[in-house]
Amino acid sequence: MPIRRRRLEPGRMSGFWPYLLIAPTVLGAAYLLVYPVVRTVVISLQHFRIGELIRGGARFVGLENYQEILGDAEFWGVVRRTIAWTVINVVLIMVLSTAVALMIAKLGKRMRLAVMSALVLTWATPIIAATTIFQWLFQSQLGVVNWLLTTVGLDGFRGYTWFANGNATFTILVILVVWQSVPFAALTLYAGLTTVPGELYEAARIDGATARQQFTSITFPVLRTLFGLITSLEVIWVFKCFAQIWAISRGGPDGATTTLPVYAFQVAQSLHKYDLGAAVSTLTVLILIAILYVHLRQVER
Amino acid sequence: MRRVLLNLSGLVTLVIAVFPVYWMVLTAFKPTKDILSETPAFWPAHPTFEHFHTAVTTAGFWQFWRNSLTVTVSAVLLALVVAMLAAFAVARLTWRGRRAFTLLVFIAQMAPWEALLVSIFIISRDTGMLDKLSMLSLIYFMSTLPFTIVTLRGFLAAIPADLEEAALMDGCSRVSAFRRVVFPLLAPGLMATSLFGFITAWNEFAFANALIIKNQADRTLPVWLSSFGNVYGTDWGATMAASTLFMLPVLLVFLILQRRVATGMVAGAVKG
Repeated sequence: MPIRRRRLEPGRMSGFWPYLLIAPTVLGAAYLLVYPVVRTVVISLQHFRIGELIRGGARFVGLENYQEILGDAEFWGVVRRTIAWTVINVVLIMVLSTAVALMIAKLGKRMRLAVMSALVLTWATPIIAATTIFQWLFQSQLGVVNWLLTTVGLDGFRGYTWFANGNATFTILVILVVWQSVPFAALTLYAGLTTVPGELYEAARIDGATARQQFTSITFPVLRTLFGLITSLEVIWVFKCFAQIWAISRGGPDGATTTLPVYAFQVAQSLHKYDLGAAVSTLTVLILIAILYVHLRQVER
Repeated sequence: MRRVLLNLSGLVTLVIAVFPVYWMVLTAFKPTKDILSETPAFWPAHPTFEHFHTAVTTAGFWQFWRNSLTVTVSAVLLALVVAMLAAFAVARLTWRGRRAFTLLVFIAQMAPWEALLVSIFIISRDTGMLDKLSMLSLIYFMSTLPFTIVTLRGFLAAIPADLEEAALMDGCSRVSAFRRVVFPLLAPGLMATSLFGFITAWNEFAFANALIIKNQADRTLPVWLSSFGNVYGTDWGATMAASTLFMLPVLLVFLILQRRVATGMVAGAVKG
């Protein structure tokens, strides 16, 4: 039937059908994504506390909330901590996963399969299962980590309460996030490594290039885009990381692990300052976009 | 010598990757007496199901399990249906705004959900959706939808349009051509995509924690597990048994996915 056949010919408009097909997607996104984004910005421009939550009728106050946040030393402390958190985690993740990826590429067949399976197992561990496990590993009296440290002679760790100390809790969260993030980055980088033509390395070896030279002049330039992409993804994930921190420390002790997403939630939910919470959320996204912009500019160069 | 060092570093990586999970399972099977001993045992000498029994007989355990399953499955099914329609429009039809739509779907994949906690809490409260599992379903549906559209579009594009045209020529209607020809070929793609959505929704913590407040019986597993301190006190055996049971479905999903991760997913995401 020639009439029906024509419908699939390229270049011919398909009438109203496509719009009907995407309508559920558009409606869902409008209500569950666009509206919340707009509402966040609107609330950040209003006076919106517990009273307005119950009675409604929030009034606009211009940029007052932003003035309050930006004039608060605590906020800038949180910003500095978030940036430190992101830099430390992303650097560790990228260095370790590059090392692991290079190692996997050199391993024998059976060992490679074993290591990759182990990484997939780590990758598959649910966030909240992992936070629970880490709380058990670092438990003060019965935790295996304290036992190990005491056994190798570091007696100061006998019964050490990791979660009572700010820096110790921060360190555990870094270890946790790095442990969870390396598998994805390492396996993706390894997949990238296998696409680099072997002749390049052969040629380099004949010219007497060291392993380090091979990495800086072949591997890295060829995989530059992939490195950039993975780094961006890790920056996004680490920067807006919430579940791990909230489940383990709720931003404590004494705010030592309060990063921007945790801070926004605390301000809104615990202090009922929804307006300030919304303003912090908005600023969080703006800072993240700024960081990614600078980062992508560097990758492009 | 280099060989030995290389294998040694491989072994270290393997141990670091596996140990926490191994320790969880080991603790879950250890008798309480062994858990409380000064020197930890690294091998299950006297395995016991005692802690699993404690975990599954805890008040509400099956309720939370069911809540998680309901929320996750409904979100995934809804996302699949909605995404399939949109993916079909993008992959097979020509229309004004198609490029813009595709671009917006890509952008939506990177939506900063954590930053929307406050406003979604307020929206839920205003519309009477607070403490409702259906709201969680809707959020998980929306947060997995963009990814589902992108991958299904890739899978669809990999299926030659000729097959469908042939079915149309033979007198099939558009819908039955899709159902009889495209759908069976798309099944592996649907499977892989939905399993990824399943993992995302099954693990989600932030919204489940913020939106289910008053009605504690409506909590999901991750939120319940994160508050294990209130439930089990210092019973680490039961806590680890509960974590193991929580991780089990995800592990199964990963095992099923194993092959598809390598082949299907890459093909689905890249082509088109």
